[in-house]
Amino acid sequence: MAEVLNAEDDVDLSRRKFLTTATVATGAVGAAFVAVPFIASWSPSERARALGLPTEVDVSKLEPGMMTTATWRKQRIYIVRRTPEMVASLAKADSSLKDPQSEDSEQPEYAKNEMRARNADYLVLIGNCTHLGCLPKARFEAGQPELGANWPGGFFCPCHGSRFDLAGRVFEGSPASVNLRVPPYDFANDHTLVIGVDSAKGAA
Amino acid sequence: MGTAAQSPAPTQKRGAFATWLNKRLPVDEFVSTQLTGYFAPKNFNFWYYFGVLALVMLVLQLVTGIFLTMFYKPGEATAFDSVEFIMREVKFGWLIRYLHSTGASFFFIVVYLHMFRALLYGSYKYPRELLWIFGMLVYLALMAEAFMGYVLPWGNMSFWGAQVIVNLFGTIPGIGPGLVEWIRGDYGIADATLNRFFALHVVAIPLALLLLVVLHLVALRHSGSNNPDGIEIKERVGPTGKPLDGIPFHPYYTVKDLVSVGVFFVLFAIVVFFVPTLGGLFLETPNFEPANPASTPDHIAPTWYFTPYYAILRAVPDQRLGALLMALSVVIFLFLPWLDKSPVKSMRYRGWLSRANLGVFAVSFLVLMYLGLQPAEGLYVILARIFTVLYFAYFVLLFFIPKFETCATPPERVRFHAH
Repeated sequence: MAEVLNAEDDVDLSRRKFLTTATVATGAVGAAFVAVPFIASWSPSERARALGLPTEVDVSKLEPGMMTTATWRKQRIYIVRRTPEMVASLAKADSSLKDPQSEDSEQPEYAKNEMRARNADYLVLIGNCTHLGCLPKARFEAGQPELGANWPGGFFCPCHGSRFDLAGRVFEGSPASVNLRVPPYDFANDHTLVIGVDSAKGAA
Repeated sequence: MGTAAQSPAPTQKRGAFATWLNKRLPVDEFVSTQLTGYFAPKNFNFWYYFGVLALVMLVLQLVTGIFLTMFYKPGEATAFDSVEFIMREVKFGWLIRYLHSTGASFFFIVVYLHMFRALLYGSYKYPRELLWIFGMLVYLALMAEAFMGYVLPWGNMSFWGAQVIVNLFGTIPGIGPGLVEWIRGDYGIADATLNRFFALHVVAIPLALLLLVVLHLVALRHSGSNNPDGIEIKERVGPTGKPLDGIPFHPYYTVKDLVSVGVFFVLFAIVVFFVPTLGGLFLETPNFEPANPASTPDHIAPTWYFTPYYAILRAVPDQRLGALLMALSVVIFLFLPWLDKSPVKSMRYRGWLSRANLGVFAVSFLVLMYLGLQPAEGLYVILARIFTVLYFAYFVLLFFIPKFETCATPPERVRFHAH
């Protein structure tokens, strides 16, 4: 037993090599399986998922030209009631926008239009900047010199300087590449906005 | 004294305990190969203090960190209050916390000077490429450690800093959004995020850091230190086989290093006791109010040691390209040993082009550091773009300058004047 194997000994090296490779491969597959629960533990917990239910907002007190906010899935939701002037101004900005038709941006099908909304009067956006998640500030008044000579009104992100119009569409020269996201939403009735579902009919 | 202990098996009379111990643990062997019998170049200058100072800072961060862990409570509801509790009610809690938070900044000061030394004397070149790579991995681990540590007090800057940095991973094509959600463990930065950052900050990354520091030191002892002349002292040995230009690490450099540690602690203490936040530079003002997901601070900037990279991120008017360039600006250091084509190591024997290149790079790094602290508007953005180009130009020119430049021949022996 204690004798050291010599080259002349009858050892099948290819058999050894095969067994070693097979053992290592089996171990690697096992390690990959064992990694699954550890990696999965980092995903949002059942509690976090349960708290991500739709949010209802009463918009009856929102005046034209004003903005209110809500929280849905830990994200700030911006709700703007646009004035007819604001709606009219959106058509002019096309050439200075990165994605005027929202081709590359994230929104439900019913918000993939110039107004980026179900209803031109109400703009509903996920407030977090598509660049790196800060909250852009509402700068609705046109012509603010620090935002450029012909600022048409919109949102300005203080973190990295991204600029968006009153439909959440990003202007050229911003670090953000796509428009602000639109969450799934619907109106349960004239004054109740439900954020987090595509259809609130029958829910209210 | 220095010569007596150099052979692996000491011949002098040993006590019974020393004999017993050495039979079981290679204490004498370690001392004779790593301390008294390890020869370091005798021409080390000011720049060679920062390695040992980095080690001192690591120990200080570990010790103060362990004590902070005894009072800190991770969690959305408890984190901010527990830090205030440490600052106001734990005896000397304010000191331990300021030693840790100011210590982080001093750690980076020391590490940046240590890295600049390597650029100055070509310490990353053959045969020290792995030594440099381990050092860079230490630096990357340190960045992760500092970022997560900054999130723990759960101030408003902690929250929004975490938001911005974690969202950087969202720019990775395809897997980005899912990856961000996985890192956060929720739909936004939340309790889950804070708790896992705590685990990583106090257990996982410190363990990785210690391992990397050991590998860095083992690689250093194996290839030996570079020196300001950038020549290999191992190539000139005397009749006894010892390098002619080397002196034993102990006692010569241990004593020299101890003095530097003393001076360093004086400077460190001045900041800790008189200006621990350094006017918002070491601890930012918005972090003294609790995390508020409804309100982004008017001006978001990371702590000063990250701002050069942050300025690069903001200089690029495209999200994905900006994040990519920022990542590249850090990772590119790993390739330095192969980018630098110069036949000599030290700046002492390189031409003016090389020296100007390094000078412009150092200035760019500092200017970007300043710009990263400023708002992303107007002239600041234009300057950030110019200096981003100059920053990357360093690495490109490092490759091309040696094709045009004639270097002086380094001397056979190190330049050294005894005091």
